[in-house]
Amino acid sequence: MKISNSAHSYKSKRFFRVLLARKTVILCLIILAAMAFFAIFARFIAPYDPYKQDLNNTLQTISRDHLLGTDAMGRDTFSRIIYGTRISFSVGLASVLIAGTIGMVLGVTAGVVGGIVDTIIMRLMDAMMSIPLIVLAIFLGGILGKGLPNVMLAVGISAAPSFARLTRGQVLTLRESDYVTASTICGSSRFRTTVKHIIPNCISPNIVLMTMNLGGAILAEANLSFLGLGINPPLPSWGGMVADGNAFLRMIPVMAVAPGLFILLMVLCFNIVGDAVRDALDPRLRGSL
Amino acid sequence: MKNKLMQMILHRIGHSLIVLVLVTLLVFLVMQAVPGDPIKIFLGPSATQEQIDHYTKLFGYDKPVLVQYGRWVLNLFHGQMGRSVLMQREVSEFIFEKMAITLTVVLPAFVLAVIIGTTLGVIAALHRGKAVDSLVSTLANIGMATPLFWMGILLILLLTIKLGILPVQGYVPPWVNFGKSVQRLIMPVIICSLTPTAVFTRQTRSAMLEVIRQDYVRTARAKGVSRKDIILKHQLRNALIPIITVMGLQLGMMVGTTIIIESLFVIPGLGSTMITAIRSKDFMVVQNVVLVISVFIIFCNLIVDLLYGVIDPRIRDR
Repeated sequence: MKISNSAHSYKSKRFFRVLLARKTVILCLIILAAMAFFAIFARFIAPYDPYKQDLNNTLQTISRDHLLGTDAMGRDTFSRIIYGTRISFSVGLASVLIAGTIGMVLGVTAGVVGGIVDTIIMRLMDAMMSIPLIVLAIFLGGILGKGLPNVMLAVGISAAPSFARLTRGQVLTLRESDYVTASTICGSSRFRTTVKHIIPNCISPNIVLMTMNLGGAILAEANLSFLGLGINPPLPSWGGMVADGNAFLRMIPVMAVAPGLFILLMVLCFNIVGDAVRDALDPRLRGSL
Repeated sequence: MKNKLMQMILHRIGHSLIVLVLVTLLVFLVMQAVPGDPIKIFLGPSATQEQIDHYTKLFGYDKPVLVQYGRWVLNLFHGQMGRSVLMQREVSEFIFEKMAITLTVVLPAFVLAVIIGTTLGVIAALHRGKAVDSLVSTLANIGMATPLFWMGILLILLLTIKLGILPVQGYVPPWVNFGKSVQRLIMPVIICSLTPTAVFTRQTRSAMLEVIRQDYVRTARAKGVSRKDIILKHQLRNALIPIITVMGLQLGMMVGTTIIIESLFVIPGLGSTMITAIRSKDFMVVQNVVLVISVFIIFCNLIVDLLYGVIDPRIRDR
């Protein structure tokens, strides 16, 4: 027991050493931490109520009172961006969790059961993967309708096939491994082997893939909201805010430019961290994920 | 040898067909779950029940789901995709024109991305670890994280509003007025090429670095082959194999991303058609647009697989 513990701590030490070796990654983690702080303490940081309309102060440009101006209803853009952090984080996290869960359930089922079930599930995943993520998300989003949970679900389902593929591949490799054979020989049922040995070993690569998909999920939400198929209006979604600002581009460009900059920053940081997590956990996965 | 290639081609085509059938089934079944009736939306709130029933029957929406699916698929073989409730036209009459409009954005963007992406990737790989390398990698990272609609807005802000060089929106097909068309396509094409350029840059860089370590590159260097020949003939040619896969994938994905670009620049292509159809619950149009996009992607993947077989004998013989 002791040996495995120290091996574990060695592994995690190595993970953090490799992860934090590059200054860019540390910078990204700091930015993301700051954004998470914004999201959690939005109420104390935002100077204004993000929903409060002020019809005497509509379409203001940058000023001391309104750092990033106001929108057509007089709502403070900076405050809305701060609150928008919540939307982006929650959609990003929720949709990769949904994608990972669906993908793992399907992947484990396909890999363990095999045969016709495997064929059906995997061909279905092929079919889903032959539709670009954004088209699939728009398609599903259009069907589920607008709203926060529906967007999470639409993006999550659209991203699920790559998780299913990864998991199935993992299961097939694990099935050949010695300890799974040993467990079967010792009389474990297929169900027990799956739960005790196969599923736990599928989790770590799926977590890597989730981290790598976070940026894409946030971008997908922004795209949906920009098209008016995502988050419902009073909620401050960055993509929706860019769309609102687009209408007043000639008058106050900052209204469209500022929220987009935040999308870029968050997605960029998540992508860089995602790549770094992959490299730190297993350099061999480079390119295959 | 030739037989094996043939066998591979047939195998791939068979697989693509299965995927295609599943796509139709998937799209169709999901469409059935849509709340809201296209007929009611089209006729408006003042329609009588009689009118609704009449049109529902006319469009065949009163039949059981499987019958509707069967009819849709059978008609596809006759080149008919079903009628759009909103446009009151057969979908196949206009969908290919829309696809052509989308391709006038996608294809130039693809060529642009291939040229710039591979060049930047090779430059980065040759200057590994130097300032140029980090600059290119940073740009590629930004390119992959940028929301396209936002970058489009920045371009409009710069080129149209500040400098006044380009007209904002609208679309003129190149077969109508080439000059005007090019003027209006510049911004959409640049935006559309952004993500694939970033992807190709990264892919080329890592593929080049992969082959630099190979024995045959060392051998070529030992033989005294010139640096230019080593880079072009030995490294890039072999690095191209993984790059081509990514290129095929990206070409398909680009048709998807044009949805956003088309809606920003008001281009009447497949993407705008799909958005309008989703808003008005025009089932037939939505499912056929998704079908056409996925056929295009499956076709791209098939071409890539075949190219792969032609370029790399090891794959052909497997």
